[in-house]
Amino acid sequence: MSYKLQFAELLPYWNVLLYGLVFTIVLTIVSTVAGVAVGTAGAAARTFGPTWLGRIVAVYVELIRNTPFIVQLFFIFFGLPALGLKLSETTAAFLAMVINLGAYSTEIIRAGIEAVPKGHIEAGLSLAMTKWEVLRHIVLNQAFRKIYPALSSQIIIVMLGSAVVSQISAEDLTYAANYIASRNFRNFEVYLFVALAYLVLAMLTRSALRALGRVIFKAR
Amino acid sequence: MSLVSIRDVRKSFGQNEVLKGVSLDIAKGDVVAIIGRSGSGKSTLLRCINGLETYQSGSIVADGIEVGGATTNLRELRRHVGMVFQQFNLFPHLTAAENVMLAPTVVNKVSKAEARAIAAEVLAKVGLSEKMDAYPSELSGGQQQRVAIARSLAMRPKVLLCDEITSALDPELVNEVLRVVEQLAREGMTLILVTHEMRFARDVGTKLVFMHHGKVHEEGVPKEVFAAPRTPELQQFVGQVG
Ligand SMILES: Nc1ncnc2c1ncn2[C@@H]1O[C@H](COP(=O)(O)OP(=O)(O)OP(=O)(O)O)[C@@H](O)[C@H]1O
Ligand SMILES: [Mg+2]
Repeated sequence: MSYKLQFAELLPYWNVLLYGLVFTIVLTIVSTVAGVAVGTAGAAARTFGPTWLGRIVAVYVELIRNTPFIVQLFFIFFGLPALGLKLSETTAAFLAMVINLGAYSTEIIRAGIEAVPKGHIEAGLSLAMTKWEVLRHIVLNQAFRKIYPALSSQIIIVMLGSAVVSQISAEDLTYAANYIASRNFRNFEVYLFVALAYLVLAMLTRSALRALGRVIFKAR
Repeated sequence: MSLVSIRDVRKSFGQNEVLKGVSLDIAKGDVVAIIGRSGSGKSTLLRCINGLETYQSGSIVADGIEVGGATTNLRELRRHVGMVFQQFNLFPHLTAAENVMLAPTVVNKVSKAEARAIAAEVLAKVGLSEKMDAYPSELSGGQQQRVAIARSLAMRPKVLLCDEITSALDPELVNEVLRVVEQLAREGMTLILVTHEMRFARDVGTKLVFMHHGKVHEEGVPKEVFAAPRTPELQQFVGQVG
């Protein structure tokens, strides 16, 4: 067993790798922001909204949480054109990521909202606030504080899961790896390098989220 | 003219009728002490007054606002009817001052500076000027409850509902809260208090209401009612707790 590592063979493709890396980072950031926004709205609808709306959200959440991400992605990219909705690889990738994280974060944030003592809500209402004002000023802050670690983990899971978008040729980091390996045949080096890149990315994301959490929840 | 007028109010949770026709008139400046056994409907009655609970029949009019109608303006009602709870319910992510400032800024749209001035005033009133920037977790139970009272006062309510506001406190902290309530009573604030503090009810209350099985079983001037309870239920109750 002697294999000579030749990482130098990756060098000619540095721009492909860089593009993939940036794509994955942007994909993660955008789907985190949009996905958490969707999750917040979904959780608010399920806890504070009308019953019919809560039901619709519940169906959405269950649909997404009980099907594979790759199938969701294929459905959006290959399935929807049948309805006349033809999306580019990139748009389909972003959309699938947002929809996926939106569903998971709906459940996470909902758990946080439900953990806020009912008395705090009643105190807010008794101060003449509307339930939406109560949600915004009293409930969400406490809810996010509680579920922030769980949400952070989910964001990292989604970031790593985003590798799947390479399957519809969205040009992320994994797509770059596939592209390079199919040309220089250095599968070992290519995938080892990309695995390390994901590892570093995940660790950086974790620290960034932790730092962000400290800034947002600085009080106490 | 009564400030709060409760007429034959009936309220059920499912099959369980909790209020069985309650009527009560409360005038401006009254300090009403509601006593009664656990489960007699005291909290439910209080929560009906500010619309936290709905009721099936009868009527409640508070400061001219009909409570419990389909079109009741709950925001307007609650601006005039404050409530303090047994569990304080301070917002843990906000300081004492921020707890007080929240409703004036969000509901009454006053400026931050103005809200801060209101907070300083009402926190001084409850003796907590030094604790404006403390978080609830840094305060004792008694201090937390006083902040909760200040928070309600910041909305300048015409009536303050207090549901067993000293029951969650260690015995040595009860008095500091009762003193604040007594001070409010002396200043003419209309108060409706559910309480187990019989001595306080007798000394500070202008009206005593004994609830039993979802009804006002006996009411009157506290000193007279305590001295000579007419019904055997109240005699027994006073004998047990007094
Ligand atoms: N949200 C609710 N759902 C169902 N039943 C309720 C609810 N709230 C109160 N009840 C019932 O209504 C009855 C009266 O409750 P309430 O809290 O008004 O009593 P209380 O006089 O305040 O008692 P305590 O002294 O223990 O606080 C009780 O039998 C209680 O179980
Ligand atoms: Mg009660």
